[in-house]
Amino acid sequence: MSIITVKNLSKSFGKLEVLKDINAEIQEKEVICVIGPSGSGKSTFLRCLNRLEEISGGEVVINGHNITDPKININKVRQEVGMVFQQFNLFPHKTVLENITLGPVKILSMDKGTAEKKALELLNKVGLKEKAHSYPGELSGGQKQRVAIARALAMNPKIMLFDEPTSALDPEMVGDVLEVMKQLAKEGMTMVVVTHEMGFAREVGDRVIFMDGGYIVEENKPNEIFSNPQHERTKAFLSKVL
Amino acid sequence: MDVITASIPILLKGLQVTLYIFVIAIILGFLIGLVIALFRLAPIKLLNWIAKVYVDAIRGTPFIVQLFFIYFGVNSLHLISLNSTTAGIITVAINAGAYFAEIIRAGIQSIDKGQTEAARSIGFTGAQTMRYVVLPQAFRRMLPTITNQSIISLKDTSLLSVIGIADLTQQGQIQASATFEAFKIWLAVGVIYFIIIYLLTLLANFVERRIQVR
Repeated sequence: MSIITVKNLSKSFGKLEVLKDINAEIQEKEVICVIGPSGSGKSTFLRCLNRLEEISGGEVVINGHNITDPKININKVRQEVGMVFQQFNLFPHKTVLENITLGPVKILSMDKGTAEKKALELLNKVGLKEKAHSYPGELSGGQKQRVAIARALAMNPKIMLFDEPTSALDPEMVGDVLEVMKQLAKEGMTMVVVTHEMGFAREVGDRVIFMDGGYIVEENKPNEIFSNPQHERTKAFLSKVL
Repeated sequence: MDVITASIPILLKGLQVTLYIFVIAIILGFLIGLVIALFRLAPIKLLNWIAKVYVDAIRGTPFIVQLFFIYFGVNSLHLISLNSTTAGIITVAINAGAYFAEIIRAGIQSIDKGQTEAARSIGFTGAQTMRYVVLPQAFRRMLPTITNQSIISLKDTSLLSVIGIADLTQQGQIQASATFEAFKIWLAVGVIYFIIIYLLTLLANFVERRIQVR
C-alpha cells in the first residue's frame, strides 16, 4: 500500500492555478525526486503534502490520513512528516540541541534527558555533535541544513520532505548535506525531494517526477528519464540543466 | 537647600505612589497589548475589528480626556465606583495597551514566515508556535520600543495629579505652593523623574544584552 496518495490535487493562489490535476502514488521507502523549472509548482506540490499550503481541490492521503478532510488533526499528521526547507528555518533564539529537542519535549512530551540523548545521536549522525551548544547564527549554511535535518528526524517521521535543501548553500557545502540525505535514503526513509541536483536524483532517486506549468509532465526511473525523456518539455528542460 | 531637604521625603512618598501605579499599569498594559495584538492578527474578522477600534480610539484621543472619561465619566453612571488610584491605573493601562498592541503586532509580523512554517511542519499548533518560536524572537526585537513606550507611560502618570492622586507631581505642587520655592521644588521633581527613567533605561539595556540572539 502506498504511503502517499495524491488524487486530482489542484491548488490556486487567487486566480492563479499553480497545480492542476496532480496524481501520484508513493510507496514506503521510496525516494522521489521532483525536478522542473522555477514556477513549475514543484515546491507547492511538496508543501501540499503536509498542508503548509491549503489544498484547493482533490485528495491527499498521508500514511492513511486523508489530510484534505477538514476534520483531520493536521498537527498530528505533521508529526509523521518531517520537512526540510531551502532557508533552513532553524530557531535562532535556541541552541542546536534545543532546536532538536523542542518538538519531542513539547509535542511528544518526551522527558528532557531522553530527548537530549536522542538529539545527540542524531547530531552524531549528521556529523555535528560538537555543535550541540552552538547557536544557529554560529553555523555555516551546510551545518544549519544538517541540523535542520536532525530536527526533523527527532520527531521520528515516516516521511521526509525536502524543499530544495541545497539551493541556498555554497557549492562546497552541498556535498555534506547530500551525503546525509543519501544515508537517510539507504536506511529506508520515504523521501520526497524537490531538487536541482540532477546528480543526486540520478544516483539516489528511485523515481523522478518532472513538473512543468503545474502539471506532472513525466515520471520514470532516473535512468529512463535522464537518458530517454519521452516528452518534449522534459527534453528541453534536461538539455538546459544537464 | 533646607527647602529641598525638608521636601525630599515628601516627594519620595509621591514617587512611591507614581511607581506603584506605573508598575501595575504597565504590566496590565502589556497584557492588554498582547491580547489586542493577537486579536489583530487572528484569522477572525470580528477580533480584528475589535482590536482596530480599540487602538484607533485610544490613539485618536488625548490621555487627559481618557482619564476624565474613566474617572468622571464612568463614575457619573453610578454603575461602579472607581477611586482615583484605580481610575489612574486603568487609564494608564488601557492607554499603554493600545501602543503596546501596535508594537507587539509589528514585532510578531517582523518574524520570518519560515519560522512559523518550520514550527508548524514539526507539528506545533498555532498557539504553541506563537509561544515557543515567534513571541520569544519578537520580544527581543520589540524591547527597545517597549522601553520607549514604558518611559512615555511613566511620564503620563504625572497627569494623574489632576484627579487628586498624590503622586510625585502632585506632591511637588503641594510643596511648591507651601514653600514658595517653585524653582527648587520643580527642579527636584524633574531630577527625580530623570533618575527613575535613567534607571529604567539601564535596566532595559541590561535585559537587551542578556537576551540578545547570538
